[in-house]
Amino acid sequence: MVLAIKVSFLLLFTLFASFANYGFSIYEDQVGLMDWRQQYLGKVKHALFHSSKSGRKRVVVSTEENVIASLDLRHGEIFWRHVFGPNDSIDGMEFVLGKYVVSLSSEGSFLRAWNLPDGQMVWESFLQGTNPSKSLLLVPRSLKANQETVILVFSKSCLHAVSSLDGEVIWKIDLRENSVEIQKIIQLHDSDIIYAVGFSSPTQLDLFQINVKSGELLRHQTATFSGGFSGELVSVSDDVLVTLDTARSNLVIINLKNGEIRILQSPIASLIDEIAGSMEIVPSKLSGLLAVKVNSLLTLVRVKGEGEVEVEVVDKIPGQATVSDALLVSESQHAAALAQHEGSYMHLTVKLIDDWSSNFIDENIVIDNQRGSVQKVFLNSYIRTDRSHGFRALLVMEDHSLLLVQQGEIVWSREDGLASIVNVVTCELPVEKKGVSIAKVENNLIEWLQGHLLKLKGTLMIASPEDVVAIQNMRLKTSDKSKMSRDHNGFRKLLIVLTKSGKLFALHSGDGRVIWSRLLQPFHKSEACAPRWLNIYQWQDPHHRAMDENPSVLVVGRCGQRMDGPGLLSFVDTYTGREISSSSQIHSVVKVIPLPFTDSTEQRLHILIDAENHAHLYPQTSEAISILQSEFSNIYWYSVEADSGIIKGHALKRKCVDVVDNYCFESNDVWLIMLPPESEKIIATATRNLNEVVHTQAKVVADQDVMYKYISKNLLFLATVAPKSSGEIGTTTPEDSWLVVYLIDIVNGRVLHRMTHHGSTGPVHAVFSENWVVYHYFNLKAHRYEMSVVEIYDQSRADNIDVWKLIIGKHNLTSPISSYSRRDILAKSQSYFFTHSVKAISVTSTTKGITSKQLLIGTINDQILALDKRYLDPRRSINPSQAEREEGVIPLTDSLPIIPQTYATHALQVEGLRGIVTIPAKLESTTLAFAYGVDLFFTRITPSRTYDSLTEDFSYALLLITIVALVIAIIATWVLSERKELQDKWK
Amino acid sequence: MRSQVFILLFSLQLFFSLLSLSHAISSGSGDGYTIYGRVKIPSNALKGYGLPGKISNIKVILNGGQRVTFLRTDGYFSFYNVPAGTHLIEVAALGYFFSPVRVDVSARNPGKVQAALTENRRALSELVLEPLRDEEYYEIREPFSIMSVVKSPMGLMVGFMLIVVFLMPKLMENIDPEEMRRAQEEMRNQGVPTLSSLLPGAGRSS
Repeated sequence: MVLAIKVSFLLLFTLFASFANYGFSIYEDQVGLMDWRQQYLGKVKHALFHSSKSGRKRVVVSTEENVIASLDLRHGEIFWRHVFGPNDSIDGMEFVLGKYVVSLSSEGSFLRAWNLPDGQMVWESFLQGTNPSKSLLLVPRSLKANQETVILVFSKSCLHAVSSLDGEVIWKIDLRENSVEIQKIIQLHDSDIIYAVGFSSPTQLDLFQINVKSGELLRHQTATFSGGFSGELVSVSDDVLVTLDTARSNLVIINLKNGEIRILQSPIASLIDEIAGSMEIVPSKLSGLLAVKVNSLLTLVRVKGEGEVEVEVVDKIPGQATVSDALLVSESQHAAALAQHEGSYMHLTVKLIDDWSSNFIDENIVIDNQRGSVQKVFLNSYIRTDRSHGFRALLVMEDHSLLLVQQGEIVWSREDGLASIVNVVTCELPVEKKGVSIAKVENNLIEWLQGHLLKLKGTLMIASPEDVVAIQNMRLKTSDKSKMSRDHNGFRKLLIVLTKSGKLFALHSGDGRVIWSRLLQPFHKSEACAPRWLNIYQWQDPHHRAMDENPSVLVVGRCGQRMDGPGLLSFVDTYTGREISSSSQIHSVVKVIPLPFTDSTEQRLHILIDAENHAHLYPQTSEAISILQSEFSNIYWYSVEADSGIIKGHALKRKCVDVVDNYCFESNDVWLIMLPPESEKIIATATRNLNEVVHTQAKVVADQDVMYKYISKNLLFLATVAPKSSGEIGTTTPEDSWLVVYLIDIVNGRVLHRMTHHGSTGPVHAVFSENWVVYHYFNLKAHRYEMSVVEIYDQSRADNIDVWKLIIGKHNLTSPISSYSRRDILAKSQSYFFTHSVKAISVTSTTKGITSKQLLIGTINDQILALDKRYLDPRRSINPSQAEREEGVIPLTDSLPIIPQTYATHALQVEGLRGIVTIPAKLESTTLAFAYGVDLFFTRITPSRTYDSLTEDFSYALLLITIVALVIAIIATWVLSERKELQDKWK
Repeated sequence: MRSQVFILLFSLQLFFSLLSLSHAISSGSGDGYTIYGRVKIPSNALKGYGLPGKISNIKVILNGGQRVTFLRTDGYFSFYNVPAGTHLIEVAALGYFFSPVRVDVSARNPGKVQAALTENRRALSELVLEPLRDEEYYEIREPFSIMSVVKSPMGLMVGFMLIVVFLMPKLMENIDPEEMRRAQEEMRNQGVPTLSSLLPGAGRSS
């Protein structure tokens, strides 16, 4: 009997073991089941349209996220895309030879040619110069069609001519000697001569005439203008340039006709009636016209530099308006597009430059208000079937989104603001209302069975390709992952993301679609200040009380570049995207500290620290004050001044005396740590996530021993390097570099642990969770990356394991943990090699903290590796004892394994990865992970397999069939045995 | 966990290919050396699941992201204006595992380059980077086989049942009828077995 039960237990065990999913790895046909990826580009800087006769129509764009991409002009999909390095910003793009696009990047250092159809890099050229300067790119129109085109690049004070075929530098002229800042390169009327125009002093203009073919400096002329030059130099036509004088009251017109410099001026007052406020030239290429902005009123001026100055105002456009560059429509006819905002419409007109009063196109396009104003317009024309000109325009909006409009309609749009996410918070979806039908139940049993039979076929690998497709579709349909309500497992959430443009998006975690988006009013660019620093915090997250209230988030911004610029606050409802309230021009905001207290409506208390170290309490209610008063002495925070190497601890002191504000508190410095600036430079800090849940403080180790984790929310991990080696990896030697890590209690400033890694340097990426820190750094001696783990244990509780003490009651288990009581700390550490560079590092988090942890490591390949924490365990040894092995201690290896199946991103990449956020699902085994960069990626991770639910793979049909078969077998055997018994009795 | 398989399919041909720029640069922007190299991917290793066998998406990264460059059609890449020192080159290619390469750019004797794979410390005399192994990101479904059915939980259940059905009577036959009767009597005396009596060791005490 006992044996039978043991056997059945064993069976049950194997049953569960075989149901469980394999840790993280997935099968290929499970892609997209619980993960999604979206690809973005960033805010478009330049766009070039390319329409070959046979090939697909495409538009090539470069963006502020250092992305160059080719998009399908019909649908906006990405043909190919390349993400440049973080310092490799793109300065310009041009087409050459009709089949390549060349990009100039890194302030004119790199010129790369990309093959248009597939995005393959054809050549790369490194342009060396002497002095940093403006970088300009010009592809001269060649006179003969079959001639090899030369690309002219002005960068670092040198003018280079680069062959478009192979990127070889044909010639190079150094213009540094004349200390001229070249502003423009102009090709003169399709000739071989180019003009390089620049200023060598505020009053002197220099003109160089250069032969394109030979690189010969033909002529160098100078001209002085007593009024001085300031502002942008804009070319109005081939030989007329316009700028402003230093007083900004005259237009300075520079005529270069026949290679002679003639400087004329025309007072602005004659053009514009009300002369007040600022005036600036809008950089644009409108052949014949000049766009100026006077008091934020866009004014178009026609400039004729022939003979006498002839300047006339063509158009004054009220309100927000943007003008495109001129586009050659037909022989000597140029057109330009003008985009204006009129209420909820966008008014797009395309006009002939020579005849501004006539309109080619005059369209009103309905554009979502939340996209803000038009920032850039790129115009493209095509020939309609009736041989008339049609136009399409690519619009870059204030929220960085990209729209293609044609015939008064938006053909496609891309939410490219999502490429520059600043931060993410999550919130629960609304609870499903009663009466609303829950998921559509399967139509009938037969269909249901058929579906499961299909799945069974899939698992047994006997499914045909059509079946596989059917299975995929069925899975996506039945998983109802994109429903707009809370689910039992907590897999469905709203991801509230804040982008650099000050726009909030709510993404559904099921499929990543945008639920709502809002351009926050106080962060609108048109307001007095441009917010530089933004962040988002959970404000109200109703769980127990105030269930009828919608959750909300707090967005904090700061005006301008300076730390003491006025702050901006905005409170947004996360279900509707409605801005509940906002306040601008408040006190400065340096740091925001969410407190672990909520008021009766579950609004989280926050204190905002301003530049004078005053703390401001939010929400500003008397209830919040009373909560704060009761916890007054328990509020601590720290500040790190990386430049001076000072770490300070702060606490609240008293109410502000000099300001009449009930919600303002003064703070004082509790402690201060000063690191020697000549030997240590702070490069990284890490703290524990405030919301992290730790299941147990005790850790049972091999021989029935207990270790107590030292768990405190007030710990700070700090990494410093030698100032000499704080540069890049290649510039330092192991001898004069070291990395020091600290664990500091931020309440009393006590250094709990300090460790030096000699011969190591940054960059350091660290993650802090429970009682351990894992950090990644570079070991210069071995010239490999390393990861170290530090685990801290509380030794003062270690004697609790004495049973007698427990019985007598002398244990200190119930004594409160306080940072003031000096504790014995045991820190254990171990280091391992890790192959890749790391871009971001994070750790999984679950609701109860029971499930074991995995580290999510964003590697340089833009993939996310899910590495089990057990590999980073200081107790690993080369030969673990039997007891340790049973406990799960892995034998020590010198490097951490990279198992391709454990990549959370499987065969995808999250280009430009910047951060990984983990969110616990309600199901204990599961963590939701959201990674952002230029791309977005979301998936579910089960660090210890899905032990608490059946996988989606589970075949109910097989189970049902087995049960039915068993029942039939039982009945059959019962009948048989009855019959046999009867026969026996007859004997 | 899969055992790590290092497939060293390709014998590396070795040669130097590092050139130094001839002219020194006067401004402080650095004494530039150029690192030329090549990424070589076996042409027969085309992936089943639409992974790019093409090299246009491969990036070469210097010093952990300090500089990023791309491959030309022939697989060559170059880093310009690299200061003397010890550098690290990584190759980001989906579907392949590349070891980072340590490259020493020497200031004393320009043009001399020393490169070594950091993973296995193998020295390269020529900067030709080849993947150490392919990376397979998905679990591979086992093809249909009788064994997999037998091994599946249902198969095990059926197997156990068959054992009980066919082997238990055989076992019963071997038991001495006397003993059998005694055991049955004992069972009857105990009455209906409870869970506690079924647990090991508990039956004797009750």
